Amino acid sequence: MMKTEVTIAGVTFKNPVMEGSGTFGSGMEYSEFVDLNKLGAVVTKGVANVPWPGNPTPRVCEVYGGMLNAIGLQNPGIEVFCERDLPFLSKYDTRVIVNVCGRSVEDYVEVAERLSDEDRVDMLEINVSCPNVKEGAIAFGTDRNCLENITKEIKAHTKKPVIMKLTPNVTNIAEMAMAAESGGADAISLINTITGMKIDIERRRFALANKTGGMSGPAIKPIAVRMVYQASHAVKIPVIGMGGIATGEDAIEFMMAGATAVSVGMMNFVNPYATVECVKGIEDYMTRHGIEDINEIIGCV
Amino acid sequence: MKAKVTGKVISQSCIAPGIYDLRIETALASEAHAGQFVGVFTKDSSALLPRPISICGVSDDKRSIRLVYRVAGKGTDEFSRLEEGDEASILGVLGNGYDIEKLAGISGSDSSKVLLLGGGIGIPPMLELAKELHAAGVKVISVMGYRDDRTFLLDEFTSVSETYVATEDGSLGTKGNVLDAVRENRIEFDAVCACGPLPMLRAIKEFAGEKPAFISLEERMACGVGACLGCVVKTKEVDHHSHVNNARICTDGPVFEASEVEI
Repeated sequence: MMKTEVTIAGVTFKNPVMEGSGTFGSGMEYSEFVDLNKLGAVVTKGVANVPWPGNPTPRVCEVYGGMLNAIGLQNPGIEVFCERDLPFLSKYDTRVIVNVCGRSVEDYVEVAERLSDEDRVDMLEINVSCPNVKEGAIAFGTDRNCLENITKEIKAHTKKPVIMKLTPNVTNIAEMAMAAESGGADAISLINTITGMKIDIERRRFALANKTGGMSGPAIKPIAVRMVYQASHAVKIPVIGMGGIATGEDAIEFMMAGATAVSVGMMNFVNPYATVECVKGIEDYMTRHGIEDINEIIGCV
Repeated sequence: MKAKVTGKVISQSCIAPGIYDLRIETALASEAHAGQFVGVFTKDSSALLPRPISICGVSDDKRSIRLVYRVAGKGTDEFSRLEEGDEASILGVLGNGYDIEKLAGISGSDSSKVLLLGGGIGIPPMLELAKELHAAGVKVISVMGYRDDRTFLLDEFTSVSETYVATEDGSLGTKGNVLDAVRENRIEFDAVCACGPLPMLRAIKEFAGEKPAFISLEERMACGVGACLGCVVKTKEVDHHSHVNNARICTDGPVFEASEVEI
């Protein structure tokens, strides 16, 4: 009997495949394409204490082997999320990880406290790594002390296990992973998008209204694998790996680098069935290599 | 039900400079309507995102869709080389489309007179709309705007509607834009539907005044299914999804009542 279950901070996932926050809404849109019951977890779009309008358009553009986005964390706020999205997710047998965003420590804490008593929420993922909003977010994720402090604050205000989502836009990812761990994080996830820019040379304009955007997609995968490897070797807490994952083979690669679980992000847009195909791909790999327990391969290189 | 499927190219032809007419056999056709669109994928793994292309037609047997598009970059350039028998990867059917029943009943008791305005590559979706409205017993008046006399699809409009033309250089029909042609021909209508460049849609919104105007918007898109929030338009009222006056063009649209959006 093949075992695909993995455990992070005491929470068991039926398989290691999730999707990257912001690429899947709260699961509703993609439930037309995939059976959410087949996923290890649904990771929601970032939610703040109040509704956020996001950035002006154009917010997205294609780049070689990926895309740039500067959505700016448009979201309906925690109240609508709890009234509409959580009941929807309650219909499914999968774990729910709520991604939390904020402009200040107080914003994050407010959302974390609000979600503490929601039974349907299994874990929180704290977005301290969005490159597309002016205040909060990435500012907390690029300074070692800020990251450690905000992790401590959030941990002090919630009973839910906390995942800190890290940005690759730093010089030393291992140091940031350690800062999250010493702040009390139960896990870390990486990488968020890499800050990029595209210029429309025909119109002599930035392709995105925000000028810069976060790059995602298969083109960033080698960077993500390297960072997951470095981060997972710097800390004892589990790592959730992401960055350009499209197939089961990609997922296996991240797990060998040290990830306990993986997320499919931008590739949902290219193949709406990518998440479930990823689960199947992992199982096929295990069969092909006679692996009984997926945990055997975590960090095996 | 939305799906990503592999369709089979039935035919393709170039119908004007840079404008292609592509017919694809696909199960998606059974649910396709005027105003909706599909995402077409390239075979080039460096150009990953689906290209949103409006539905210009659905075959009578509901087994194929027709896409008329302009070559605007490497994705559409690749599509222009598709030939009979080739496979095409498509995501669909996307978007809300036009509400035919609502348009048919818009005048109250009499049969409705609906004016369709198309500008440039905004013309193709108006053809399927003209056909569906005509079939619903609506009196359709089409005014299509082109750059010059190298028009496309024009003869097909004439079979289902009273048709007028505007050209920027005056080589055919009214010299100027579609609204110049509406004024010149003193066209009367109960409602207007439009697709075309943003300045044209802004002018139509103002021109329509109190009369119902339905416009089809476009924006840079990623997912096409309402998840990524990449393609939004400012709305007058709080939108039902994010509650922030930003509706998703790919799913809440692309067809909006002009008075509801700030363009």
